[in-house]
Amino acid sequence: MAGIPHDHYEPKSDFEKGMQKRLPVIGLLYDTIMIPTPKNLNWMWIWGIVLTFTLALQIITGVVLVMHYTPHVDMAFNSIEHIMRDVNGGHMIRYFHMNGASLFFFAVYLHIFRGLYYGSYKAPREVTWIIGMLIYLLMMGTAFMGYVLPWGQMSFHGTAVITGLFGAIPFIGDSIQTWLLGASSVGQPALNRFFSLHYLLPFLIAGLVIVHIWAFHTTGNNNPTGVEVRRTSKEDAAKDTLPFWPYFVIKDLFALAIILVLFMAVVGFMPNYLGHPDNYIPANPLATPAHIVPEWYFLPFYAILRAFTADVWVVMFANWISFGIIDAKFFGVLAMFGAIAVMALAPWLDTSSVRSGRYRPMFKWWFWLLVVDFIVLMWVGARPAEFPYDWIALIASTYWFAYFLVILPLLGVIEKPDTPPATIEEDFDSHYPAKASGDAAATPAE
Amino acid sequence: MFRKLTLAAALTLAAPAAYAAGAEAHIEDFDFSFEGPFGSFDQMQLQRGLKVYTEVCAACHGLEQVAFRNLSDPGGPSFPEDQMRAYAEFYEVWDPALFDGEGDFRVATPADKFPASSLSNAPDLSLMAKARAGFHGPYGLGINQLVKGMGGPEYIASLLVSYEEEPECAANMEVPMDGFYNSAFPNGGYPDECKYEDGSHKYPGSWIAMSQPLDDGWVEFDDGHANDLHHMAEDVAAFLMWTAEPKLVARKQAGLTGVLFLTLLSVLLYLTNKKIWAPHKRKD
Amino acid sequence: MSQAEDYQGTRRDFLYYATAGTGAVVTGAAVWPLVNQMNPSADVQALASIRVDVTDVAPGTQLTVLWQGKPVFIRHRTGEEIQSAQSEDDIVETMPDPDARNENINAASLATDENRTIPSPEGEGAGAWIVQMGVCTHLGCVPLGDGAGDFGGWFCPCHGSHYDLSGRIRKGPAPRNLDIPPATFVDGTTIELG
Repeated sequence: MAGIPHDHYEPKSDFEKGMQKRLPVIGLLYDTIMIPTPKNLNWMWIWGIVLTFTLALQIITGVVLVMHYTPHVDMAFNSIEHIMRDVNGGHMIRYFHMNGASLFFFAVYLHIFRGLYYGSYKAPREVTWIIGMLIYLLMMGTAFMGYVLPWGQMSFHGTAVITGLFGAIPFIGDSIQTWLLGASSVGQPALNRFFSLHYLLPFLIAGLVIVHIWAFHTTGNNNPTGVEVRRTSKEDAAKDTLPFWPYFVIKDLFALAIILVLFMAVVGFMPNYLGHPDNYIPANPLATPAHIVPEWYFLPFYAILRAFTADVWVVMFANWISFGIIDAKFFGVLAMFGAIAVMALAPWLDTSSVRSGRYRPMFKWWFWLLVVDFIVLMWVGARPAEFPYDWIALIASTYWFAYFLVILPLLGVIEKPDTPPATIEEDFDSHYPAKASGDAAATPAE
Repeated sequence: MFRKLTLAAALTLAAPAAYAAGAEAHIEDFDFSFEGPFGSFDQMQLQRGLKVYTEVCAACHGLEQVAFRNLSDPGGPSFPEDQMRAYAEFYEVWDPALFDGEGDFRVATPADKFPASSLSNAPDLSLMAKARAGFHGPYGLGINQLVKGMGGPEYIASLLVSYEEEPECAANMEVPMDGFYNSAFPNGGYPDECKYEDGSHKYPGSWIAMSQPLDDGWVEFDDGHANDLHHMAEDVAAFLMWTAEPKLVARKQAGLTGVLFLTLLSVLLYLTNKKIWAPHKRKD
Repeated sequence: MSQAEDYQGTRRDFLYYATAGTGAVVTGAAVWPLVNQMNPSADVQALASIRVDVTDVAPGTQLTVLWQGKPVFIRHRTGEEIQSAQSEDDIVETMPDPDARNENINAASLATDENRTIPSPEGEGAGAWIVQMGVCTHLGCVPLGDGAGDFGGWFCPCHGSHYDLSGRIRKGPAPRNLDIPPATFVDGTTIELG
């Protein structure tokens, strides 16, 4: 594997030597687990491990739940209740899976914003970033299809609304929606195929996660300074890095344990806090819940979807210039997917010569405004579409696009960045000034 | 006509999330024994709640997710097995295997479930305490739910005690409102006569199709427990919380054990982490 | 190595072992529910024991009920049948299967008629009730009852196994007597299976 120079695996025993000739799996694992890692990584570099753990948690609990679940419109709801009431420990397994989805998105948002702040998306890590965005899209699809399976009121009507988005595509929309549902409306065909895909996609995600890790093991991790590890020699590299095992494994496991304490508290004491009461009502095509609201992790993009109504001038302009093909509904759909697309394009929209936001005085402000913007969008996505929430949603959506399309390109030109440290070693040591530093946090705090 | 439509909508789906500007439906924050990390069900309260359900609610509402055997489960009403069997024998269930495969009614056994609702517009009560939320907001921030809980049982108990006289604005209408005025029911029909000009409601709640199901002294308890409306509403709401979440106590115990062990693991990992990193921090 | 360093080393090792041990306990506690969920669930367990009302089973008739997915024969025997079955007890050791095959009693018991029947309810003579799995011990067919076969008990039409009035195999390929499931009278007219 190309990358930072370091000691590679040397088979010792006869068995290891024989194995290395035939299937070099021990060597692969060794090199993966002993990868030189910038020693100045801070506590925002833990989310990768949290996400890997959560993916495993979701796959394992999911496989177990499938042993008791029945994907049939007449039986799905009752089979979930069967899990909750009769299966040994089933209520815990189901609540883990249900809240595991929230943990997954909580971690992925922090992971993404970490990348946005420290410029982890910038060359040469564009591929890592793009794969990450693909994983995020697959996560959204998986989470959505999983939410359909309990076949409650929110499952049913949420499916109708979300597949309706594809119906907004001009000319072919209706055909696509029918193709997705296997019928003109949500029913048994939809439930069965979403069940199948909900089982399949996590394994695709797992495959992409391996590629994601492979990619950044080739480029090396980014780090809070954005300065690259010195690759001139093994000795120089060793001054900037420490092997992943045990230093970062233990650090990440510590962080994971803390997060699991909180997760366990949520599952044990308030497992339904993040859900909707309506989903405990069996699906009924004749009655729509008073307020269809997606799960919290979709709310920012749901807010963007709803923000662009027919009375917004951009929408009117798009409508006029496209001879009416792009109506408000389709514009909303484009905006929602566009909001993710601009994020994926960040490597090419950011023109700054400095990677890490730590050394970009103007960028910092805009970045934190983006974080606030994201939270505002999440909040406003669950509010009714009326004054003043419609205005808040529109302004917040506009900032989202402006950040990526205007601010990131311009900042690189007008901003005068600070000078980052010359090496990672210098940054690391600067956190531990001479003497009495033994009690400081194990790694530099940002 | 419009009133009938809205009432029909409320019948089929009485979702509680109310955004009624003006007077908000009031949900009383009952103090249930199963609240908090250490809370558990009160066995006697669940037994009283079952009695209220059996004598009042069961006339229209089903409980089809609950099996009779559950009445003897530990942590629930915990009836002795013979009492549970005797209770089950009050019910008849349809067994499709009987009568050479044509099906027939037979006396219920512990493995059978409570019957479904007998009225098409009476929702099943098994999950009602989780399918309704009493507390919201403020402003969609979720703080009330975090502090007080989701408020499902509170909603049920409040609904039962909130049947009131129709407000005067509705009393003299040409066509009287369908249903019954309830100050805790958020999403039923509401007459224009009782709205301000901006459309906001003058009075909290709305009109519900179910007539007042329970009142002072309608059910007698064997242990002589107070049987005023407020107490009985609380008892039946607690019982419905148990039917909705029978594993609540087991869940909280598992949660607590998990939190304690993971906290211990966190402390140990913190110390280990500190120890292995110490040699690499500059100490000159 | 000085004493102090040695002490340091021990303390550090202890910390590592304690951390790894706690981690192993937490992992184990997380794995167990994943294994246990495959055991029979509460609704399945609830059906492991059923009660059968035998009020209408007159002497000389039998009732077939389904228990755990298999047929169970409950026969109310007449005095004649009891006598006939008991009269053959003295040759029980020469029968193809001399073991009682009765889950309610000691596994080593002999297949006498007494050991093949369940204790009668109050007011009824011993041996009146015999409860057996309706599954031929040869290849699992359901035998015919009501005096079928050469020995007046049950006869399996698949491969010609003959059982007597106590359900003992007497002739044919079946290796064992009909199995007797856990069964007791809980009151005068109700048998609990399982």
